[in-house]
Amino acid sequence: MLAIRQFARSASLQTILINFVRGAQTAAAISRNKDYAEIEVRDVAYFRDILGDRGVITDPDALQTLNKDWMGKYEGKSQLALKPQTAEQVSQILKHCNERQLAVVPQGGNTGLVGGSVPLFDEVVLATAAMNKVISFDPILGVLSCQSGCVLEQLDNHVGEQGHTMPLDLGAKGSCQIGGNVSTNAGGLRYLRYGSMHGNVTGLEVVLADGTILDLMSTLHKDNTGYDMKQMFIGAEGTLGIITKVAIQCPAKPSSVQVSYLAVPTFQHAQKVFQKAKQHLGEILSAFEFLDHHSLIITLKNLSFIKNPLPDTQTPIYLVVETSGSNAEHDYAKLEKFLEEAYEEEIIVDGTIAQDSGQQASIWALRENISEGLRHAGAVYKYDLSLPPNDMYKLVEETRARMKHLPVTVVGYGHMGDSNLHLNISAAKYDKEILSYIEPFVYEWTADKKGSISAEHGLGQMKPECIGYSKSAEAVQLMRRFKSLLDPNQILNPYKVLPEKNRNYKPHKHEHATAVTH
Amino acid sequence: MKVLVAVKRVIDYNARIRVKTDQTGVELANVKMSMNPFCEIAVEEALRLKEQKVAKEVVVVTVGPKSSQDTIRTALAMGADRGAHILTDTPLLPLNVAKLLAAVVMKESASLCLLGKQAIDDDCNQTGQMLAALLKWPQATFASKVEIDKAAQKARVTREVDGGLQTLLCGLPAVITTDLRLNQPRYATLPNIMKAKKKPIEVLTPEGLGVSLIDGYKRIKVEEPAKRKGGVMVASVAELMDKLKNEAKVL
Repeated sequence: MLAIRQFARSASLQTILINFVRGAQTAAAISRNKDYAEIEVRDVAYFRDILGDRGVITDPDALQTLNKDWMGKYEGKSQLALKPQTAEQVSQILKHCNERQLAVVPQGGNTGLVGGSVPLFDEVVLATAAMNKVISFDPILGVLSCQSGCVLEQLDNHVGEQGHTMPLDLGAKGSCQIGGNVSTNAGGLRYLRYGSMHGNVTGLEVVLADGTILDLMSTLHKDNTGYDMKQMFIGAEGTLGIITKVAIQCPAKPSSVQVSYLAVPTFQHAQKVFQKAKQHLGEILSAFEFLDHHSLIITLKNLSFIKNPLPDTQTPIYLVVETSGSNAEHDYAKLEKFLEEAYEEEIIVDGTIAQDSGQQASIWALRENISEGLRHAGAVYKYDLSLPPNDMYKLVEETRARMKHLPVTVVGYGHMGDSNLHLNISAAKYDKEILSYIEPFVYEWTADKKGSISAEHGLGQMKPECIGYSKSAEAVQLMRRFKSLLDPNQILNPYKVLPEKNRNYKPHKHEHATAVTH
Repeated sequence: MKVLVAVKRVIDYNARIRVKTDQTGVELANVKMSMNPFCEIAVEEALRLKEQKVAKEVVVVTVGPKSSQDTIRTALAMGADRGAHILTDTPLLPLNVAKLLAAVVMKESASLCLLGKQAIDDDCNQTGQMLAALLKWPQATFASKVEIDKAAQKARVTREVDGGLQTLLCGLPAVITTDLRLNQPRYATLPNIMKAKKKPIEVLTPEGLGVSLIDGYKRIKVEEPAKRKGGVMVASVAELMDKLKNEAKVL
């Protein structure tokens, strides 16, 4: 009781300023929007009535983990977290918050990389973790229905028992939740094979800001009846509604998976390998990832459990190529033929095919843990960009060149098959001078090539002001209208995705853009 | 010195095992097969001996149906020189396998035979020991470290035993079976994978080797282990005692 009175007083006395860097505007502070109310004792009591004591978290230690993002880069000051178990409870919570004008941050596994799942100030955290029931899985249709708080890896195990697999896979699978995956339109390692969430999600149940439970749950593959509203929530990063249930199409689990790790002399050669892979492996190609030598070194150095698959070979670029099919003999023969040709034509210098599942897991562990390795190395500036294939690695090289006098390591890796580069700059700690060499250079370079400044990570709180680099002013205007329509009091995940109205964000000038101030 | 390594093709250790509905065995169709992990370690050790110039040639041998050849190819891709495939469709009983291997050892005049300590499908842990007895060679099993003194024709082997580590010194020729911590097997690299295709694999038969196989046992039934029952929370010591006495009947 006392604690709540205390924090309520402190929040109202000070405007909590967070000084963090956003996009092209450097060192401009975001301040807490005064329109939002502050949590009062009666609010907590109301929530306790709905959720019971277990569903209401006010303990500062427990809140600390919920206030911080996975990278340790962003930290909010929420004093209250709620853990509903049903959509009805979410509805009651949001209805109340909407009436009281209390800001809410939906939080799944909290593994996002743009600070989208943590509060900036005292927003209430609405954690979906307790909504973790699988509703049903139809093995003939191949559609899984579940609550949004289910962990991806657990879902994959569940459908795996019935011969299916989740249509996405990412390094965070042990912690991320399907609701978050849908809300961020997560990409991942098998996007190349299974496509986007926009295609795989067959239905959703969403609770809107005013508490309305919007039932868009469906297990149908085809349903052209009216506007496909669920698409608005896929990738909206929790700003248009809170997803409480997901129905998702799961492909059959491939019985034969082959993984190879290849060393190539240059990025241009890697592209030739990709073209050849598409020709030879076509329908069985399930992943095509790349990492550069710097990524390899940093990961090996910081994580002792990672093995180098080719310890005797050193090249600038390495590839992880995976095939998934229904016939081990055929698939292995195809892979072997493709690799032999590539080797004879000297577009690959060396490589290995995993001989058992242990070696497969080991090769994937290397690629999947680069993020973790970078995290252990210190501060990391992360950029997730869609670029034309020919330009992908050029950006890494140019960034490395312009920063060579600084104590940083510039690494490049990513989903080469999707033209998605993960450019990361590793430094001992976060530093404004280092940042000034990265932004807006990286964004402008990307916009010049008509790429995306956030291929799959989303905008979160890191990049709202960069939206202009990849979307026109008219598009952003329309997004604002949708937001106002669905969340007139702006209580859902404020300060995220769309730039604040009172801030000047400059859309990048390409041929079609017009200067805008909102 | 010629080193013979015996390898076995088994269900991949990460694959989910399902019992066939007719309970005659486990489901093998469409299941990933790999080289037995302990055999892989044996191959790796043999290759290291070759790199140390202790061994001159590494010959890999397997017993089984046609599909077993995959495992030889894997070993050749890792760097073994030649393969020998004893083709037979009979069940792979340790004594039969040991007899066949003994015949090949004599045929090849090998002076060191490396095997995995056990196969992960039957967990027998018998073949290496039986082979040594048939050949009347010394045996050092569960090896976690192997040092060969070529000049003195001796092997110093550290073994993992229940009480800790035991070091044996034995004369060559000998049989050594490998344990998990002996080494970490290498990846098969492309140049070796391609070279492996040209390396010879000799196909042999039990009859050709002059070995008569015993038909020792008949598998009656294979079933899954009983599902683990969930635990029960008890409210007091008295309740616990009651349950242990009257339900579990262990007191």
